[in-house]
Amino acid sequence: MQRSRPIRSAGSFEYSLWMFTRLSGLALLLFAAVSMAAAFMLGGRTELDLPTFVRWMFFPNPNHVVNSKIPDVSVGWSNAFWQVYSTIMIFLAAGHGLNGVRMVLEDYVSRPLLVTVLRAAILLFWLGAFVVAVYVILAS
Amino acid sequence: MALSGRVGILTGLRYRGKQGMLNWILHRITGLGIVFLVGTHVVAAFFLQHIGDNVSARITAIYESRPTQLVVYFCVLFHALNGARVAVMDLFPRLIRYERELTWLQWGIFIPAYGLPAFFLLQAALIGQA
Repeated sequence: MQRSRPIRSAGSFEYSLWMFTRLSGLALLLFAAVSMAAAFMLGGRTELDLPTFVRWMFFPNPNHVVNSKIPDVSVGWSNAFWQVYSTIMIFLAAGHGLNGVRMVLEDYVSRPLLVTVLRAAILLFWLGAFVVAVYVILAS
Repeated sequence: MALSGRVGILTGLRYRGKQGMLNWILHRITGLGIVFLVGTHVVAAFFLQHIGDNVSARITAIYESRPTQLVVYFCVLFHALNGARVAVMDLFPRLIRYERELTWLQWGIFIPAYGLPAFFLLQAALIGQA
């Protein structure tokens, strides 16, 4: 007989993660809308096809739109604003997704040692993914 | 629900959780789907760009194909709309009274927003346009 997940009190770490999931989810919708609107304002309608638009929407990085007809990425498309923007986006998205995987796993895994190992693996994976993403963002 | 963990899929689906339960299941499946797709995309794109091997080229061809695009778009759009509904209801608990109406609103947005692009994707696939 498994027990259902205990309810965490407000102010605990688990509660912060619960709140993080809600807020980062809404923030990601806003981020996607803003980068799509910005791609239109930068003239993307004539320079990007639909798949490239979607790539820019979810990860605004010049390296992500190499197959487009943008004549010069140094004008508008490639600058510090988009580097900071996509770093925040990756931080929120990776945290949201991997914390979600942790929630699903902890619904089916109840052995404390295994839960600790899985949490550590997910934390390492998240840190690794974040470092790789920042490298990609700064290198392009 | 399945506290003993020994309930079959059909018995589980007959649990009378209605929209909320089905949305919860779909939210989970689509969320895991997005993590899987984005993970595959990052790894395959990395190997394709730096090594250019056949395996990652083949994986890229699979996730860029039209059937995969239909699945991916379903996952992203459903997860976004359902997640927005859940987040708004959690942040403003007074709205929980209107869960039914909000769910109808969610599907009212989902069906045209998914149906139109899906229609054009299928049309392009059948007629053979780009």
